[in-house]
Amino acid sequence: MSKRRSLTEAQCVSLAQKLLRERLCHQKLPDRPLALDSQYKHLLELLRRTAVHGESNSVLIVGPRGSGKTMLLGCVLRELMSLKEAQKNVLLVELNGLLQTDDKIALKEITRQLHLENVVGDKVFGSFAENLAFLLEALKKGDKSSSRPVVFVLDEFDLFAHHKNQTLLYNLLDVSQSAQTPVAVLGLTCRLDVLELLEKRVKSRFSHRQIHLFSSLSFAQYVDAVRAQLSLPPDFPDPKFSDAWNHSVTVHTQHTSRSVFTNKSYTQSLFLTSFSVRVSVSHSTLHEADLLEASRLISADSKAIILHGLSILELCLIIAMKHLNDTYDGEPFNFQMVHNEFKKFIQRKSHSIHKFEKPVVMKAFEHLLQLELVRPVDSGVCKVQREYQLMRLMLEHGQVMEALQRYPQCPTDVKQWALSAFA
Amino acid sequence: MSRYITRLRMRRTYKWNGRPVGEDRKLKRKYYESMSISVEGKTEDATVSSGQYILIEGDDDDNPFVAQLHKLYTDDSGKKKTAVVQWFVRMCEVPQNKRKLLGRDPHPQEIFFYQDRSCDNEVDGETILGAVQIEYVPAENSFPEGKSKDILFVKLLWDTKSFKALDPELMQPPQSPKSPPPSSRGPQTRALPTPDLSVMKRAMSGTLTRGSMSTGKMNSSEAESLHSASKLSAAKALSAKRRSRASSGPHVRKKLDLCSPTKNVSRDDVLGEILDEHTEKTLTSKLNTSPTGRISISIRLTPLNLNEEERVFPLSSHSPDKPKLTAHDKDDATSVFLGVQSIGDDDPDSLINTSRTPRKREATPRRAGLRGLKARTPSRRKDSAALREPALAALAEEEHEDSPIQTAATPRSKRKSAQLVSSRIRKQLNVLGNKVDRLSDGDDDDDCFIPTKTDLQSSSDEEEEAKIDSEDELIVKKRRGSRTPRSTEKTRVTARTPRKTPIKKTAPATPRTPRHATPSIPSRSAPARKPGNVLEEARARLHVSSVPESLPCREQEFQDIYNFVESKVIDGTGGCMYISGVPGTGKTATVHEVVRSLQQSAEQDEIPHFHFIEINGMKMTDPHQAYVQILQKLTDQKATPDHAAALLEKRFSAPAPKKETTVLLVDELDLLWTRKQNVMYNLFDWPTRRNARLVVLTIANTMDLPERIMINRVASRLGLTRMSFQPYTFKQLQQIITSRLNRVKAFEEDALQLVSRKVAALSGDARRCLDICRRATEICEHSGSQKNGSGLVGMSHVMEALDEMFSSSYIAAIRCASVQEQLFLRAVIAEFRRLGLEEATFQQVFVQHQALCRVEGLQPVSVSEGLAVCQRLGSCRLLLLEGSRLDLFLRIRLNVSQDDVLYALKAD
Repeated sequence: MSKRRSLTEAQCVSLAQKLLRERLCHQKLPDRPLALDSQYKHLLELLRRTAVHGESNSVLIVGPRGSGKTMLLGCVLRELMSLKEAQKNVLLVELNGLLQTDDKIALKEITRQLHLENVVGDKVFGSFAENLAFLLEALKKGDKSSSRPVVFVLDEFDLFAHHKNQTLLYNLLDVSQSAQTPVAVLGLTCRLDVLELLEKRVKSRFSHRQIHLFSSLSFAQYVDAVRAQLSLPPDFPDPKFSDAWNHSVTVHTQHTSRSVFTNKSYTQSLFLTSFSVRVSVSHSTLHEADLLEASRLISADSKAIILHGLSILELCLIIAMKHLNDTYDGEPFNFQMVHNEFKKFIQRKSHSIHKFEKPVVMKAFEHLLQLELVRPVDSGVCKVQREYQLMRLMLEHGQVMEALQRYPQCPTDVKQWALSAFA
Repeated sequence: MSRYITRLRMRRTYKWNGRPVGEDRKLKRKYYESMSISVEGKTEDATVSSGQYILIEGDDDDNPFVAQLHKLYTDDSGKKKTAVVQWFVRMCEVPQNKRKLLGRDPHPQEIFFYQDRSCDNEVDGETILGAVQIEYVPAENSFPEGKSKDILFVKLLWDTKSFKALDPELMQPPQSPKSPPPSSRGPQTRALPTPDLSVMKRAMSGTLTRGSMSTGKMNSSEAESLHSASKLSAAKALSAKRRSRASSGPHVRKKLDLCSPTKNVSRDDVLGEILDEHTEKTLTSKLNTSPTGRISISIRLTPLNLNEEERVFPLSSHSPDKPKLTAHDKDDATSVFLGVQSIGDDDPDSLINTSRTPRKREATPRRAGLRGLKARTPSRRKDSAALREPALAALAEEEHEDSPIQTAATPRSKRKSAQLVSSRIRKQLNVLGNKVDRLSDGDDDDDCFIPTKTDLQSSSDEEEEAKIDSEDELIVKKRRGSRTPRSTEKTRVTARTPRKTPIKKTAPATPRTPRHATPSIPSRSAPARKPGNVLEEARARLHVSSVPESLPCREQEFQDIYNFVESKVIDGTGGCMYISGVPGTGKTATVHEVVRSLQQSAEQDEIPHFHFIEINGMKMTDPHQAYVQILQKLTDQKATPDHAAALLEKRFSAPAPKKETTVLLVDELDLLWTRKQNVMYNLFDWPTRRNARLVVLTIANTMDLPERIMINRVASRLGLTRMSFQPYTFKQLQQIITSRLNRVKAFEEDALQLVSRKVAALSGDARRCLDICRRATEICEHSGSQKNGSGLVGMSHVMEALDEMFSSSYIAAIRCASVQEQLFLRAVIAEFRRLGLEEATFQQVFVQHQALCRVEGLQPVSVSEGLAVCQRLGSCRLLLLEGSRLDLFLRIRLNVSQDDVLYALKAD
């Protein structure tokens, strides 16, 4: 490899990295939402009518997490804003149920985003009641033909339904159903039962339009999608590099995305590839091992990783708890029982395992408690001595066994004990 | 505005000054000239006497009512002191929607002469707070600067419909309030006894007759007395007449003819003062013009001449039109005007007065010649307030260029004159012929000014129409237009002429305080596009927001509510009504429709005016905000809820005389529920007060709301006037859609029926129905581009729309779920079956899940992944989960029936 070539290669790698990061981490909108054509058209048409004809509408976009709701909306809004007649007319108000946790905050945010706060003069925001009256007045003053349409985007729509009396939703939807300023109320939610959350008056005012986004991709489509996401664009400066890259992507995605497809939604595969992008700094093309490693990282069990860091004593305690669980069929236990179980084991295998004092064992037990591998049943009875407080083990048997298998230099006695209570 | 000492809650004591000046035995009343008010802590007493301007305690402490005291009397017990007054209103008392009619910012100290028949003009004497100084400002003058804050200015007249120029004669001549000269007026008034017969006739027939005071003949001044008489019942008028005959006191007659005799005389005085040196000329002009008017054949010509003449003078402004008419003009009339104008040139102040006088003179004969006196009658019927219309505004306009108004007015009066009875005209002619002098002296104000008044009214109306497309005005216009197409045409012409009058020039309807300034959504750069094809048109019509011309299928409910409100408004009483019905059954729309048509008939004077306000429980943040909103809509005041409640309480319980009925619509009543229910209690208690004149219409969804959430004392006050809106049947829904579409052919008959049947079966919610239809047109439009159908919305489109809106999405969601999610759902069902329960912990399900994975030949997932799958299903609400903190012991339930899950998975 000549020096000059490696230099360009490094540049290519960093360029490719940049491109992919933009796509995967910065949520760059794709040119066209994948497999959502009908929904895209529906939504665009709806918003276009609001923008052009001044027709008020309300619509809910429903789909599981990661199904592309925000992406769809982003694409539609981008398209809408590129229309000449809508460009300068539409006002956009974006609210998020996680940020605007009650109507008061939401109202302030709406006022701010509509740039209405300047009009009030020095007194920017009054009380909640004043704000509401103020905003309603402002919206009421408009009419279908002359005021600029306002597009309200309510992300996490279901959370707005939990506000007191659903005042905000009622008023927004009421405006959308009466001859006032034209508004489009777009709700984004992942709850399928969102309509049941609405109060009957609010529900009646909602137009009952729902756009469902379900990822109904077949495996082939899915692979294509992943490939499209990972491939470098044709206008990439170094065609040789991009060809090599794209070829490796085509070859490897086929195999590796199978397991991802079975249980993951679209976005999760993007996370997977974001790992692979990091890998690509060291070697210029995508290898299958990279993808596998990435997928292994994603699917790794978080508790198993914690288990690897425990001491032998703590591991022994967990094995004792597992046996208790087996014996008593999942009933809760307390420290004393665990200690007894552990003492039995020590007596049997006194030659290989250190004898631990009870306070030391207690200390180890408390460490497990802190790691939340063990959890008290109900903290209601706090007067019980710590030794006798009832606990539950928060681990599956499989997890324990797997951790033991992988535990470095685990004493065989302990392993055997884990397999059988009497070993 | 705490400058009124009256604001302080001091005890006031009222005493009569002197002995009664008159007595009415029949009514057992004793009349007094003045009354003294002593305030605790003040050494000197305030004295109010008839003729003076007074302040009367009102609901708004900052702005007490203003009135002119006409009479003071006590009943036989001597305890109750009563005052008869002529009201003035402040801008804040004018209904909010009418304020814009003023067309400019009101002066802070400005008040308006209030002319409203329906308004009670008797008040409790003990509510008088004290005297106030009012100054009359001619309409064309600006408000004097630098005067004391205590002086109020009156410029215009408010007759509950429009602002008009105020004739100073309607008011007493501005007297110094401290020393009213009632005695000076006394003898003069006494000299003019009103004949019984004429009063009676007038009171009964409502027609205009002119009884001259001295001779007993008809006189134009009687228009005033007619007006006042119409305020009273016939019996009252009769008794008042008797009183006037029997009494010797000057003020006694005041009740009967509020302004006419007294005012005429007093006006004479004023005129004399002002005109002073010009009197002679004016007189001659009168003499000259009156014959002219009588002789002139074409009425229209006369004013045109006037215009022509005026054009000569730099100060006056004119319409450029119709110079040809001058030829017909009488020379003498011209000369008179010339003379007057020249005087006016010297002194702008006197110009106003002098020019007014000649014009009056001129007008009188003109109308007489035209049989124009009759014109007054219809106009008065339509709008009694117009009678007192002062000519001042007209004069002001004369100064600026508004002569087209004049021209417009003339044909109007001519038009009206056509409807007049000839005998009346003859009578008038007689009077005019005989009494030219006297008429011109001052009695002519009513008649002579009528053209001016109508001018003003029409022109201002027109202008307002041009400015703000207010519904009321439109009605007025329509009414007029229907009667006389010609006048409408004319007035339009005037509307187009640029108007320079300062009154009208200012921007419309600016809020009183900048704090109230509410911003609106900025207006769009390009206008909204109109619907292009049939489907778009249909969609626009089907939108819930589009207001239909009529509300079909709610005729009975409409009639019931209408009757209820109308009877309350007419009787001036109060009441409550409770309206219930599920959402989307047209409750609010029907009430709005009722109010709209009631307002229409109020515009046409069929029923008294009322004030409509609306609050919505959903549109407030707290039940107590209801007080704030009501108060703000009633009086434009801002207050805290507690203060607002107190003010409203006072307003509705105090016997404030100048009150029009308030119709209050309370939407979403159930949200006004509080633990102590005091909001609801007050809302229903106020209408029961004697003086409240409050009609409360409440709307909620549940029929048994009063029984369910109201405590007894609240439910009892709500009363039993209830109405329930049934959900629409499919036929009604069909009719609603059809009437909305209104011959726009966009739907197949069957499709409509399907929609309405479906919705009627589900909820009977009209909104739903309209939404489905709207969606169906969209679907039709999209599919229409692919395959060319009939272009109409057919069954298939409607079915698709129905499916979209009503079908559950759970099954589709399960089908589109990932493999692991589907497996997990299966594991859940398997675990439920194993346990025989509808609930399982994650740990249990996870074991099943792993087993299933192995069966399916898939790599078993880790616990973390399994939990993630579980949470994803939970966030879609396919599963109901507990908090994720519980980890393995998370309890899982299905949100869908097991059969649905199995069905969805099997079909896969």
